[in-house]
Amino acid sequence: MSTILEVQNLKKYFSSQKAVDDISFTVDKGSIFGLLGPNGAGKTTLIRMITGIFYPDAGTINLNGKNFNPTTDVIDIGYMPEERGLYKKMKVGEQAMYLAQLKGMNRKDAFVKVKEWFEKFEMQSWWNKKVEDLSKGMSQKLQFVITVLHEPRLVILDEPFSGLDPVNSNLIKEEIFNLAKKGTTIIFSTHRMEQVEEICDHIILVNKGTKILDGSVKEIKQQFKQNIFTAELDRLPAVLQHASFSIAKQDGNNLTLKINEGYRSNDVLLHFINQQSGIIAYHEILPSLNEIFIRLVEGTPTARQFETVTA
Amino acid sequence: MNKILIIIKREYITRVRNKTFLLSTFLFPLLMFALMFGGAFIGANGTEQRKIAVDDQSGIYKNNFKTGAAVEFGYPAEVNRNNYKDKGYEGVLIIYSANRQKADSVRLYTEKQLGLGTDEAIKNQIQKINENRLLMDRGVTRNTLDSIRQLSESKESLNYRSYQVKGSEIKEENKMLALAIGYASGFIIYIVLIIYGTVVMRGVMEEKTNRIAEVMVSSVKPFQLMMGKIIGIAAVGLTQLFLWILLIFLLSSLSSLFISPELLEQAQKMNETMPSMAQSNSMAFKIAEAKNTIFSANWALIIPCFIFYFLFGYLFYASLFAAVGSVVNEDPQEAQSLMLPITLPIVLGIFIMINAIQNPSGSLAVWGSIIPFTSPIVMMSRIPFGVPGTVEYWQLGLSMLSLVAGFLFTTWLSAKIYRTGILLYGKKATLKEMAKWAFKKA
Repeated sequence: MSTILEVQNLKKYFSSQKAVDDISFTVDKGSIFGLLGPNGAGKTTLIRMITGIFYPDAGTINLNGKNFNPTTDVIDIGYMPEERGLYKKMKVGEQAMYLAQLKGMNRKDAFVKVKEWFEKFEMQSWWNKKVEDLSKGMSQKLQFVITVLHEPRLVILDEPFSGLDPVNSNLIKEEIFNLAKKGTTIIFSTHRMEQVEEICDHIILVNKGTKILDGSVKEIKQQFKQNIFTAELDRLPAVLQHASFSIAKQDGNNLTLKINEGYRSNDVLLHFINQQSGIIAYHEILPSLNEIFIRLVEGTPTARQFETVTA
Repeated sequence: MNKILIIIKREYITRVRNKTFLLSTFLFPLLMFALMFGGAFIGANGTEQRKIAVDDQSGIYKNNFKTGAAVEFGYPAEVNRNNYKDKGYEGVLIIYSANRQKADSVRLYTEKQLGLGTDEAIKNQIQKINENRLLMDRGVTRNTLDSIRQLSESKESLNYRSYQVKGSEIKEENKMLALAIGYASGFIIYIVLIIYGTVVMRGVMEEKTNRIAEVMVSSVKPFQLMMGKIIGIAAVGLTQLFLWILLIFLLSSLSSLFISPELLEQAQKMNETMPSMAQSNSMAFKIAEAKNTIFSANWALIIPCFIFYFLFGYLFYASLFAAVGSVVNEDPQEAQSLMLPITLPIVLGIFIMINAIQNPSGSLAVWGSIIPFTSPIVMMSRIPFGVPGTVEYWQLGLSMLSLVAGFLFTTWLSAKIYRTGILLYGKKATLKEMAKWAFKKA
């Protein structure tokens, strides 16, 4: 798979904080990339540099193998910020047309695209409504449409599901998958871990301005597994104890086991087989991203402290 | 560049379509005319005559007060502060005197406020009576006195005109017209700076509070966003200006149908008896008079200059207003305090202008019309007095140059503040922080 975005040693220091402190990562074309981190970790600053809103203090950003140029490359990027915003007094259709044209589309193309997306999301009747008349969920949908309207190759979504009901949430999730299938790359910034597990191929975790984790969701789960298995037996063996494992939890014939250092999962199975216990189910329990997140971020104060930066 | 055009178009169209734009465009000229001619009408027709009783203890003034348009005097016997109302008067004028033939003090007692006009009329009469008495004391007879008055008040006694000499060309000076044009253009520019500056500021604040700024700056540069807004609103301002000029010409030609020469004459008579009323009357009078000689003004120079100062004065201040809008949040109070350093020089400009109208060649007027903070207002009040007569060419050139340079500087400065401010939520920036943003590199 080829790379669409390559970020190297990116730095942005503010007077009171090292907002982004030497972060590097790559994003594959057509993947759904999760940018995770607690509040104030530096995610928004990182995104603002990728979208050309901020200039980095140091480091390089490459888009499509070329050095990122904010003026010409905006057409390739669609960004939906966490702070959602639209002109309240403007009509929905005009607003979508206006923002599409600012991205560089001509009037005619913009009109066709807006119509197409409005139909897809059943928003045709909103065209002449003012934005201030829309509900929060409705304006969220409009915002999403505006973000992807100009068919950018890289879509950056900051907390795209906040404020959406499950039905609309699913609608947008489907669209995200659709876009990825068509080759659009999506960077997805959030701290809602269950969505990340469901959607993302690859994630990085940022805390206090530095990258602390990078990998595919599968790899990361493997990396953080604690060798915990559940076993369901038809009857408990006569001798339950064995050197290969210790029991974390027992609920009748259902056991939660932690495999001890130096043993493999098959050693446990062999023990049960030797003990004549019938094995009904045997599963590895992988940690959820949520657990990994909490484990890694734990110990950091919930609110990031201000520090003096001497750059 | 193309993106700035798209932004300009949106800013222009959303504003011109707005109801408040239509209302203010059509109501402002109507209101101005109502104020000016309304004043004249009220001055001419609406003054009430007050009835004042006089208790003259000195014996000098009795029967010497002339009943005029403003006051009717009466001399009832035994009048005092408590009984004047029973005798059918609205006030009592008591001239206190210890020994006859000398007034110690004069006091007017009334129940209601009678207004400045009444006061002025009474004071004028007392002065005139004193003057006459002093003259008669020195041997001038009553008859001589009356004939002198009659002669000096007649139109023939003074035939005064002033001329402006330019080489061999002698032109009749029309100070009244220059004054009227100077005042009007100075005030219009003042109003434009304040109103349109505030419109720019509100527009930026709207983008910030609606949180659309971040969406916008991910598509366009903050500078494009700011300039698009400023230029778009300038176009709205020019549209409004042209509509105003059109309407004013239309209304003034209509107004001549309603305002008869007799009415104006009457208004001018009122001015003589009551100088305090003169302001609004003479304004209307000036307009009417100006209309007769309106083509004597150098419009070919005044109109382009006006458009220049209108536009660049606005551009000079608009970016500063945009910078203020970018650093404040929802709270309008915050905006007020940060606006003060910007509105102060504009208001100062008006004060200098009022001075410059009286003395258009004075050094305050000259420098006020060159320094870009006040030049749009002050220069426009001087230009009607003549270029190069009153305003020399170098002054006009320097003034225009420094205004353009000033505009480039304020825009450069504001763009830097704006870029940082527009994405900053939560707290209001201090002036110190703004200065830091403005002068830090990229």
